[in-house]
Amino acid sequence: MCSYIVEKVALYGSAKAQTDWRSIDTAHVYFDHPFHTPLDHALSIDFINEAAGGRERIAVELSAETARELVKAISAALDRGEMEHAGLNQY
Amino acid sequence: MSYLGMVTEVVPFAAHGGEAGQAYYARPTTQQTVGGVVLIHHMPGWDDWIQEATRKLAHFGFACIAPDLYFRERPGSPDDCAARARAKGGVSDDQVMGDVAGAMAFLRAQSNSNGKVGVMGFCSGGRHTYLAACRLKRIDAAVDCWGGRVIVEDPADITPARPVAPIELSAGISCPLLGIFGNDDANPSPKQVNDTEAVLKKLGKTYEFHRYDGAGHGFFAADRPAYRPEQATDGWRKVIDFLDRTIGPRARFA
Repeated sequence: MCSYIVEKVALYGSAKAQTDWRSIDTAHVYFDHPFHTPLDHALSIDFINEAAGGRERIAVELSAETARELVKAISAALDRGEMEHAGLNQY
Repeated sequence: MSYLGMVTEVVPFAAHGGEAGQAYYARPTTQQTVGGVVLIHHMPGWDDWIQEATRKLAHFGFACIAPDLYFRERPGSPDDCAARARAKGGVSDDQVMGDVAGAMAFLRAQSNSNGKVGVMGFCSGGRHTYLAACRLKRIDAAVDCWGGRVIVEDPADITPARPVAPIELSAGISCPLLGIFGNDDANPSPKQVNDTEAVLKKLGKTYEFHRYDGAGHGFFAADRPAYRPEQATDGWRKVIDFLDRTIGPRARFA
């Protein structure tokens, strides 16, 4: 089915497309028929800079299964990184 | 026996509000006059699939135009325009109906037109097709392929852009309607398809519904896992036969 649902989240950071970095402040997250990936449905994320008009995006389309793996990987990297940078891991 | 040739091009047309729209247009190379079809894309936009389906209808002897419902988001690629439209909550029903009416007028203005025009769409375009059958004048046929939210069950789906459930407007249907559905689809579900049919039957409308076992949503799309070759082949035959009867005769190679 086609869905109209878009989850929006404010971000602080940058994203790179080809050779150029740009600032981003928003992600649009949705689950619908993808444009490029040969799947019935995909998790899509558009990284945009809404403050700059929001017209240009850096986009990804992921299968539901691998999107969930990505969520886990992001959490794991954050947990481990924040511990290490806080000096909680002593080697 | 051979095949019809065809010509394809991107054409301007007068869209809703008199705006200059763009559309993909394919027509068979024949001296015969032909019926026209406005083909409405799904929510992800004016993609390769809709151009392919446009050419398929021309291959089978109809003039076909697929308007880009997101042209107002240009400049940019069709997928970027679709992303911008989605971020705004999608396009309004009124705007889509204006665009479809403009595309219908384009078809009737061509020298190859036999004067008859149908509308066909997939997924959200199927819903728009049902809506066009209810709201637009001088429409000769409608083909709804698995249009969801014709019946609205979640109040959140009633919005300023989409203020009325299409089923509520069914009394206005003025043309034969063909429906193509997969029995494994969740939107529209088999129950929603049955409920829609009950409304059409009660209103005395002319319709044909074809339901396919072993098929879900979007089973015509050969580039996705939902593709079901047997059901899709039969479904396309049903579509071509229906259009031949309602807006034809279709052009054939002599």
